[in-house]
Parts: sequence; structure tokens; C-alpha cells
Amino acid sequence: MLTYIIRRVLYSIPVLFAASFLIFAFVAIASDPLQFLRMQPRISQETLNKIVEREHLEEPIPVRYFYWLEEAVTNKFGSTLIGDRPIWPDLVRVMGNTAQLVIAAELIALLLAIFIGVYSAVRQYSAFDYSFTTVSFLGIATPVFWLALMLQVLVVNIFLNYDIRIFYISNLSSADPDNFLLDRIQHLALPVIVLAVASVAQYSRYMRAAMLEVVNSDYVRTARAKGLSERTVIMKHAFRNALIPLATVVALNLGTVLGGAVVTETVFSLDGMGRYFIRNLVEGDPYPVMAWLMITSVLIVFFNLVADVVYGYLDPRVRYD
Amino acid sequence: MTDLRKEDRDRAGETAAAGGVAQPHDEGGHARHLAPHEQVDRATTGVPSDPAAFVGGSGQGDMALVYESGVELEARSQWGYAARRFLRHRLAMGGLMGMLFIFFVAIFANKIAPYPFDELDFNALRIGPTTEGKHYFGTDLLGRDFFSRVVYGLRTSVWVALFVTLLATVIGTTIGAIAGYFGGWVDNLLMRLTDLVLTLPLLAVLLVASIYLGQGKPFRVALILAALFWTGIARIVRGTFLSLREKEFVEAAKASGAGDARIIIRHMLPNAVGPIIVTATLIVAGAILTEAALSFLGFGIQPPNPALGQLINDGQSEGLKFWWMVTFPGIIIVFIALCINFIGDGLRDALDPTQRRLRD
Repeated sequence: MLTYIIRRVLYSIPVLFAASFLIFAFVAIASDPLQFLRMQPRISQETLNKIVEREHLEEPIPVRYFYWLEEAVTNKFGSTLIGDRPIWPDLVRVMGNTAQLVIAAELIALLLAIFIGVYSAVRQYSAFDYSFTTVSFLGIATPVFWLALMLQVLVVNIFLNYDIRIFYISNLSSADPDNFLLDRIQHLALPVIVLAVASVAQYSRYMRAAMLEVVNSDYVRTARAKGLSERTVIMKHAFRNALIPLATVVALNLGTVLGGAVVTETVFSLDGMGRYFIRNLVEGDPYPVMAWLMITSVLIVFFNLVADVVYGYLDPRVRYD
Repeated sequence: MTDLRKEDRDRAGETAAAGGVAQPHDEGGHARHLAPHEQVDRATTGVPSDPAAFVGGSGQGDMALVYESGVELEARSQWGYAARRFLRHRLAMGGLMGMLFIFFVAIFANKIAPYPFDELDFNALRIGPTTEGKHYFGTDLLGRDFFSRVVYGLRTSVWVALFVTLLATVIGTTIGAIAGYFGGWVDNLLMRLTDLVLTLPLLAVLLVASIYLGQGKPFRVALILAALFWTGIARIVRGTFLSLREKEFVEAAKASGAGDARIIIRHMLPNAVGPIIVTATLIVAGAILTEAALSFLGFGIQPPNPALGQLINDGQSEGLKFWWMVTFPGIIIVFIALCINFIGDGLRDALDPTQRRLRD
């Protein structure tokens, strides 16, 4: 197992290098980070030239890539090109905010999905099963941003018509909250719901399918034949094995969403990873964009590895050599 | 001339090699000897086992077989069985009806929309849905009829999604087929390329690409989406090809002197058609949703071309008080994605029974 992990890690290094070079070249060729500075009359040509020299903007792209790489490794991704602001503290802040959002949403989604999946599988073709199958089909077909907006429309119109504030529709906290925790929950509730709905729809389908497969397998029939109570059969024998596929799906999904729920954060103006990325992208600053992409890519690679390792651990039939 | 003879030999080889497996292209002679229960078996297993059934499939639809005893039995090709399974899938048929309706609207957008999508009317700014003046979905901040804008937006979104699917399927199938057929370093190289695309966060790369390569034009947006959507199909085709490569009929084709291209296109590809069609269907839904998200974020299709996601963005910037601008385009997106997912489900059950989801 250890050799497998090491091999996977070593193997992902060249992939990350290749990916980072491609993205860097792409951003560097296509964007002019100084376009906004050029438009300001108070910034002289000399200042611009200084920036060009400081950031080695005249060098060929492979050379610039190595300058960037050096900064990234030795100086925690260095500073932004525009404004010369250190990148790392910003990244830490937005990562923390995104983590709050994502972890809350995923936990809620998991609990709900496991319950729905197990119950629909045990009571297959019941009204419960059919209604949640329909709901999850709807959930998969609904664009995240639209769901978010519809919730906002609902909350806003309730506020405008009845003057009741249930949730806030943007930002992470009010300027001066009386009760910090309550205020945070009021702010995070809607984005968490939106993210959770998308995940529940997906997870509960996996859980249901896995549970159905397990419930119809031979060893469960044996357990029943031994005379165990239905409850023991389901919870002790079937349920545990049905969790295995879900573990993989969740691990894979975490890698993606931790990189920032770009759409959700944009709609709710949350100061998270996704919004950080978009903002810098629009400004055409290659360094924060690169830093963001590297962090997210590492997260994806890491959670892919976690998914495989967890799978091998939970299912002894799978062995990596 | 020589080519024709080679083809004959190919087929003869496969027939011999595939042994007792159902030989759809051979129905005339072979199926006659099958007992009725074997016919039923074929209906349920239905794994495409012979390439010729798909490639040279013309003129071998359903045919009636008359046994010596006088019992009449209908024999079907693999496609016949698949079509039957699909037609019986109620959700899939519903989805198909829904999509036909959507296509109808997309094709006849200029007949259906009561106004041009960019006609301003300053006497009717931001009015809610009403039948008065045919503003079924209300009007937007410039007094443009929102129903007409949604109809044209639907047309753009549907065409983009279809184009993305076509392109992604062609790229993915080519890469997957080459990787799976040749194996070795070619496979390694192509699959590392696929990994590379998969390692990057999809939406982020889309945003980077669209901001620098070409916002606005639907065609460019479609190209960018296609450049990232081919990975799923490539992996599936590669997997299928890896297993097909070891099959006897491929060996037979090789032995009889068929070239690589011929084996890939005429012998192996038809066996991968099922999974390809299923995945391609799901790409349509993915493309619709992703394009909507891109356009919503302002990185996709730009005005004046209306697209569904971009219309929602218009509604959002109006401060959410004018609910119709957010609601209607969204409902259309959900409807399209739902229909396509239903069709995909039905197709999976019909074409690809080995990958069938646990019966639900």
C-alpha cells in the first residue's frame, strides 16, 4: 500500500508541472496584466517600465515560468502583479471561508443522502422511493446558480413584502452582529442549502444503487436465513458494505468543491476560493490565478489518491501492488 | 476487387471465431436453427457481439421466420431489440417527446416568437407576465419581450450543446480508440493527456479559456467546451477497445490482413457504439448546464445573442424583484436537462445492458 501511495504521488508531480506550465503559458500569452494600469493617467511610463522589469515581463514565457516557479516555491506564491500584495495570506483567508461552507454542506448532504438512499433501497418502489427518485432527477437537472437565485428571489420578496429577515443573501457576516454565531448561520444557510441539494441528489442515487446491490447479494440472504432480525441484517451486514462506493464518490467530490464552489460563491458574494479566482481572472493578474489553480489541482490529485486508498482499505478484495 | 474478397474472409473468420454467440448479421441462415427460447435469451442479453450487425446493417431489420412446423417467429437485429427496449422505457419516451418539442421551438424560433429578440419598447419596461401584447413572460429593463428572448436563447443554447456533443464525441472516440487499440506508449501518452485535462478544475479552465480565447460568439464557446468535454468518452472507448482487442474476431480480422484503420472503424468501433451514444447523450445535458453557468457568470455567450444562462444573469442584475426574468429561462434549462437525462437513462438500459444501473 505504501509503495502504491508513493508511486502515485511521484507520478502526479510531472502531471502537475505540465498542467502548471500550460496554464501559465496560456494566461501569460493571452492577457495583458497592465491593461488597467495603462488606462490610468497618473501612472507614468516609468512606473510601468519598472513593473515590467521587476516582473520580467519581457522575457520569453518559459523563462518567466521559472521565475514564477522560484517565487512560488521559495516565497509562498509571491505577490500579486497588480498592487504587489502578498498572495498567501489572502489564500489562507478564502480557503478558510470556503472550508466552512463546503464542510457544512457536505456533512448535511451525506447524512441526508445516506438516510434517503438506504430507506429507498429497503422500501424499493414505495411512494418514498418514487418521490425521492423524482426529486433527485430534478436536483441533478437544476443548475446550481439558478437554484441559488430562486432562493434569493424568495427570501428577498419575503423581506420586501413582510419585512421578515430569515436569511441574508450575500457576504459572510454583518458589519456589527449582536450574535456572531447566529449571524454567521443566517449568512451561510442559503449557500449551504444550495450546495447540499446538489450533493444530496447525486449521493443518494449512489447510496440507493449500492444498497440495492448489497441487499440482493448472497451473504445478505445467508444472514436472513440464519434468522437474524431484519434490522441487524440491514444495519450490520448490508449497510456497511453499501457505504464503500459512496466513500469514493465523496472523496472525489471533495477535491473539486474545496477548490471553491465558484458559482455559489459568486451568487452569494462569499469571500471564498471561487470568488477570489474569478476576481483575479477578470483583472488579468496571472500570479493569483496560478496560485489558485495549483492549490486546487493539488487538492484534486490528493483527494483522488484518498479515494483510491480508502477504497482499498474498505474493500479487502481490492489490493494495490 | 481484392478488398471485397478480404471483407468476405473477415466475416467468415468472425463467424467461425465467435462460435455460439448470436450472429445478428447471419439471421437468414443461422437464426433459423435457434429454438424459440434462445431468441428470448437474445432479447435480454443483447450485448452487441458482432460488428457487422451495425456496419453492414442495412436491410436486415426485422424479418419473419417460418419454421418447418409452421410457427411464425419474428427475428430482430440487435438494433431492433434495443429500439424495442427504448420504446418501452416510459420516462425515456417522455424525455424524447420533450426534446422533440424543444427542437421544434429551436428550429421555428422566428415563427414562434411574437417579437424580434432585440426590439425595444420603452412603453413597456419591466412588466410582469401578461397575455396583453403577447408578453407571456413579461418584458425586461429595455422593454424587450422576454418570451421572445427566451425562445431565441433556447435556440442558441441547444445548438451550442449539440455542437459541443458532436465535436467532443468525435475527439473522444478518436483518442480513446487509438489509445485502446495500439496500447503501449501511444496509450500511455494519450491517457496522460486525458489525466492532465481531468486534473484541472473544469469550470476554472473554462473560465480562463473563455476570457482569453473568445467570449461572446456561440461558436467559440462551443469549441472551448468541446476541448474539455471529450475525456469521458475517450476513457470509455479506450476501456471497450482494450477488452475488444483480445477478442477472437479482431484476431481473425488481423490474420486475414485487414489494416489497423479498417479493424478500428469497421470491426471494433461498432461494438463500442452503445456506450458512446449513452455518454454522448449525457454530454448534451452537461453542455447545456455548463454553458448556462458560463454565460451566467458573464464568460460565455455575450449579448446581443441571447442564451438561457445570460438571460438569467440579466434578471439577477435587476435586483431580484422582477422574478420572471430569473424564473422562466431557468425552468427551460431544468426541463431540457431533465428530458436528456431521461433519454440517457433509457438509452443506457436499451443499448448497454451490461452497464445498466441496478434496476430502478
